[in-house]
Amino acid sequence: MKKNAIKARLLSAPYLVWAAIFVVAPMGMVVYYAFTDRSGAFTLDNVLSLSAYGPALWRSVSYAAVATLFCLLIAYPLAYIMYRSSASAQRLLMMLCMLPMWMNFLIRTYSWIAILAKTGLLNQIFNAFGVGPFRFINTPAAVILGMVYNFLPYMIMPIYSVMSKLNYNLIEAAEDLGCNGGQVLRRVILPLTMPGVLSGITMVFVPSVSTFYISQKLGGGKFFLIGDSIEMQFQSAYNYNLGAALSLVLMLMIVVCMIVMNHFAADEEAMLP
Amino acid sequence: MKKFLKWLYVSLIMLFLYGPMLVMIVLSFNDSASTSVMTGFSFKWYAELLHDTVTLQALSNTLLLAVTSSLIAVVIGTMAAVGVNAMRKKWLKNTILTVTNIPMMNPDIVTGVSMMLLFVFVGKFVSSKDVLGFPTLLLAHITFNLPYVLLSVLPKLQQCDKHLGEAAQDLGCTPAGAFFKVVLPNILSGIVSGFILAFTLSLDDFIISYFVSGPKFQTLPIVIFSMTKKRVKPDMYALSTLIFLSVLILLILMNLLSIHAEEKASGKQRKQRR
Repeated sequence: MKKNAIKARLLSAPYLVWAAIFVVAPMGMVVYYAFTDRSGAFTLDNVLSLSAYGPALWRSVSYAAVATLFCLLIAYPLAYIMYRSSASAQRLLMMLCMLPMWMNFLIRTYSWIAILAKTGLLNQIFNAFGVGPFRFINTPAAVILGMVYNFLPYMIMPIYSVMSKLNYNLIEAAEDLGCNGGQVLRRVILPLTMPGVLSGITMVFVPSVSTFYISQKLGGGKFFLIGDSIEMQFQSAYNYNLGAALSLVLMLMIVVCMIVMNHFAADEEAMLP
Repeated sequence: MKKFLKWLYVSLIMLFLYGPMLVMIVLSFNDSASTSVMTGFSFKWYAELLHDTVTLQALSNTLLLAVTSSLIAVVIGTMAAVGVNAMRKKWLKNTILTVTNIPMMNPDIVTGVSMMLLFVFVGKFVSSKDVLGFPTLLLAHITFNLPYVLLSVLPKLQQCDKHLGEAAQDLGCTPAGAFFKVVLPNILSGIVSGFILAFTLSLDDFIISYFVSGPKFQTLPIVIFSMTKKRVKPDMYALSTLIFLSVLILLILMNLLSIHAEEKASGKQRKQRR
């Protein structure tokens, strides 16, 4: 019996080797490239030149934070409406929210150009009323809109899946005990759906903060994000070392954001009776 | 009134989600080359798409890559899940699961860049001119598929009674026989959902593929990317419309199948109760 258990454990060996070569080693490569120059000699130049990318980093974080907040504000009521609907309506709404996730995000982003462009649908409508044209595309708002549009389903799904397991009796009990609507939300629904909210925030924030396509297409390349800087170093400037240093910063920043967020979440849970 | 507000809210979100795609679908039938002003109705962009060898080649490349990478990931991932499930040492299990989480938590751009660096670094020693191509794409796709397979099979194994396999062996099965006859049917749903997830992720991936692919082997998302870099003609819209329709049909089919399976299961239960 024991021999079989050892044999069974050995089945994971190919995966472990795979993960060591293609997951752990590449992370090491990022660190190696970040601290070496073109010839492979140790240098701090890449890390020291990062200060020039401070504005791009700040822009990425602020745009992504705003987009995440909008997603949360839109998705949370929707998840609640879904939760309170009939089973068949839930199934339909769930499918409707998932369908865009299956479309390629390049197409989803690009589809906004036809609407926001100078001769796009919105300006055609405004034109019919005799106003405009307005500039929608190539603004920070357009970039944030692109983020919200692309990643909204990633906020809806986790919140809904946690909420769908919520026992409605708890809400009724809170109401019976004298809670008003706001109190029920703050003291019962929100704490119990916190895990879904947190994973939704991560699932929206991480792709938003690291995007480069959305800012290129909807921002017209004028609002350089950290993802744009990385993409440029690898695909046109061919400075892999600087690109690696930028990737390292992005990675560390996301880890810090997650630690901070989980810290707040832990506080929230500790406050629960 | 409350019901109306709810309905309004849901419809506004659906308009937001589907409006842009609808605009694109309408414009794909445009008579002129404009991507924002409709001048007349025609199928000419679809006809053009059918003669576009680059796009057709990319479509077959994408399917080939998705099928091979998800099949390999399913085999390695399922084996890994069985192995991890049999492990007793908690720290070892936790370490493996942490490493498994790295590609899922990392932004795609970092995953793509890090693998590109590995391939370029190793490629220098192999000394061939350009290492990036189908092999590197395949390796990268298997890598980002593996965690999803592992994490959809592992819970099924944990739900499964571990004495079942032992019982089969006591009754004369070989360990391999016990696995294929007893354990595998129990975890099959996890394997299938892992496969579907891996397949769709691979079909859809742009960011990681963008960094690890070369000019010789292009996938559909990469072709779409280069289409949108130039001035776009409505043929991109036609392609998007076709993709949208295939996704829609696939999702409806899957939903019908799952409804059918549920009804069958509840019917069986009713019969048993009788």
